[in-house]
Amino acid sequence: MKVLVSVKRVVDYNVRIQVKGDGSGVNLDGVKMSMNPFDEIAMEEAVRLKEAGTAEEVIAVTIGGDKAEEQLRSALAFGADRAIHVKVNEEVSPLTAARILKAVFEKEQPGLFLMGKQAIDDDNNQTGQMTSALLGIPQATFAGELKIDGNKATVVREVDAGLETIEVDLPAVVTADLRLNEPRYLKLPDIMKAKRKPVETVSMADLGVEAAPGLTVTKTSPPPARAAGIKVKTVDELVAALKDKGLV
Amino acid sequence: MSFFTHEHHEIRRTAERFVEQHINPHVEQWEREGLFPAHEVFKGLGDLGMLGITKPEEYGGLGLDYSYQVAFAEAIGTCTCGGIPMAIGVQTDMATPALARFGSDELKKEYLAPAIAGDLVACIAVSEPGAGSDVAGIKTTAKRVGDDYVINGQKMWITNGTQGDWACLLANTGDEADRHGNKSLIVVPLDAAGIQRETKLDKLGQRSSDTAIIFLDNVKVPARNLIGQEGKGFSYQMQQFQEERLFLSASILKAMDRVFDDTVEYTRQRNIFGKSVLDNQYVHFTLAELKTELEAARALIYRATEDMLEGRDVTLAASMAKLKTARLSRQLTDVCMQFWGGQGYMWESSPAQFYRDLRLHSIGGGADEVMMQIISKHLGILPGKKK
Ligand SMILES: Cc1cc2nc3c(=O)[nH]c(=O)nc-3n(C[C@H](O)[C@H](O)[C@H](O)COP(=O)(O)OP(=O)(O)OC[C@H]3O[C@@H](n4cnc5c(N)ncnc54)[C@H](O)[C@@H]3O)c2cc1C
Repeated sequence: MKVLVSVKRVVDYNVRIQVKGDGSGVNLDGVKMSMNPFDEIAMEEAVRLKEAGTAEEVIAVTIGGDKAEEQLRSALAFGADRAIHVKVNEEVSPLTAARILKAVFEKEQPGLFLMGKQAIDDDNNQTGQMTSALLGIPQATFAGELKIDGNKATVVREVDAGLETIEVDLPAVVTADLRLNEPRYLKLPDIMKAKRKPVETVSMADLGVEAAPGLTVTKTSPPPARAAGIKVKTVDELVAALKDKGLV
Repeated sequence: MSFFTHEHHEIRRTAERFVEQHINPHVEQWEREGLFPAHEVFKGLGDLGMLGITKPEEYGGLGLDYSYQVAFAEAIGTCTCGGIPMAIGVQTDMATPALARFGSDELKKEYLAPAIAGDLVACIAVSEPGAGSDVAGIKTTAKRVGDDYVINGQKMWITNGTQGDWACLLANTGDEADRHGNKSLIVVPLDAAGIQRETKLDKLGQRSSDTAIIFLDNVKVPARNLIGQEGKGFSYQMQQFQEERLFLSASILKAMDRVFDDTVEYTRQRNIFGKSVLDNQYVHFTLAELKTELEAARALIYRATEDMLEGRDVTLAASMAKLKTARLSRQLTDVCMQFWGGQGYMWESSPAQFYRDLRLHSIGGGADEVMMQIISKHLGILPGKKK
């Protein structure tokens, strides 16, 4: 089985995000960028499938500008065998991403498409679902556990009500949640070897995909600053304060 | 920095993650116990390929240039104490460079490869009770008897000394009058008969790093444990000091960053006389200047590294980097502790931790004054010397 994994370049989770003064977006100047953490989890799961002998080949795909190749190199250091870089310099909406990923999927014909449940930049949580819909294949989102058995996958999903176990036919789109696994440390020799693994570059035109219309970002603004808290001296005061706010 | 590529950042990330998950949670305990489990920690680092970044691939290294080691040294400095990064530096940059450069294939297979893998812990044994700065003044002797060296003497303040498996030891093998041409570096297995090293020294700081006195009484070591040529030990050691000094300099940058950041945070939330401590111009101006010094020191290390990559002699730049970072670490931890007040004087505050730990840097690995001596020599301003 081939496993396809999508990875996205995002602002590192440790970075304190700063909105540009004119509200046109987030400041990316000199900001540390990394692989989306949920994609790391998806990568880890794919590599584990390969190590277990369930998967023969792991292919990483990213959509982004020149620099996004760095995240493909990270994916290759994780253990992907090769990578596909869909070069797009503009911002890509979830629907456009889904169209691109559908085209890559059709070209590669993997048995499983692993994705992160969402990217921590915009937290859209849409691309996985859209990709599966466009492909007309099953989806299992928010995976906390994944088992492959022949042509079927059993996925324990993390849903609001708790855990839900479903079975899907393969190929399917599975999106990784936080507890699916703990991604490994990249070993230094693997980091260096990744430099020599093949990365294929394609354009949207090569894939015959057009950007989806519809989404424009009008303004980016930081969340309102949290107001300072207050200190209470006694439990009675605490209860009174909570009542006052209508919380109890 | 221009020479920091994606791979440098990945190496940093792996190192920082390792420190955060496998070292920092135990630092408090290891500091209290006066010992960290070097074999366990080094094995973890070795498994990830972090102990042989610049070492030849035949022995399990990565064969990369020194810029990658600087990235690693900086990252390992995210440790919440100074002792463990120093002990790691002994393994990668103090005890092994000469062996990698001049050792025989056999010797490298026996001692370098397992040090890179993290299976053996290495020490560098140069200093003696009577000779620290004055390296040429050491008294330990290694006499050739048949196929062996027989070693007698004492080595003082040896890092990793109680736990180490082998030491790269400097001894006099030749005529006493020829102070610079009579020395040799020899690999000494520390379980050899005649070695006594039970004395763990009690120190002001770097407490989780074990420091020992090693007594050598008629210790027999095969002559093939000689690194390179007999009589070249002093010059090999001088060369090996360059990596040592660059590593030491780079490894304390993040510690200074940490003390600095913690101080900004502490003084910002500490309200006295109706405003935060940080809001006093005296405080934030002083901090602004310290940060400037810190970035200048960092730039000096990168510059020295660039010199090394380009094959230039880095003695001057590495000595300057060592002098500057050591001095700055004393100033920075002292000033930051002051701005914290009583809370900064508490044992486990980060200013106190690094006030103790980094104080060593002006003494060990060549004292500040030794650096000034070297710098003066290179500038041609020593008395009686013309450039
Ligand atoms: C915690 C710790 C770990 C150590 N680890 C190791 C190790 O692993 N291996 C090892 O071999 N050694 C190790 N050392 C020893 C260390 O390298 C020496 O302490 C250091 O080189 C200074 O030597 P010394 O203590 O003999 O001081 P001395 O040489 O006696 O010097 C004393 C002082 O004299 C001054 N001075 C020195 N030279 C000059 C000069 N040219 N001009 C003017 N003033 C001068 C300086 O202020 C210096 O501090 C360690 C030491 C410590 C404390």
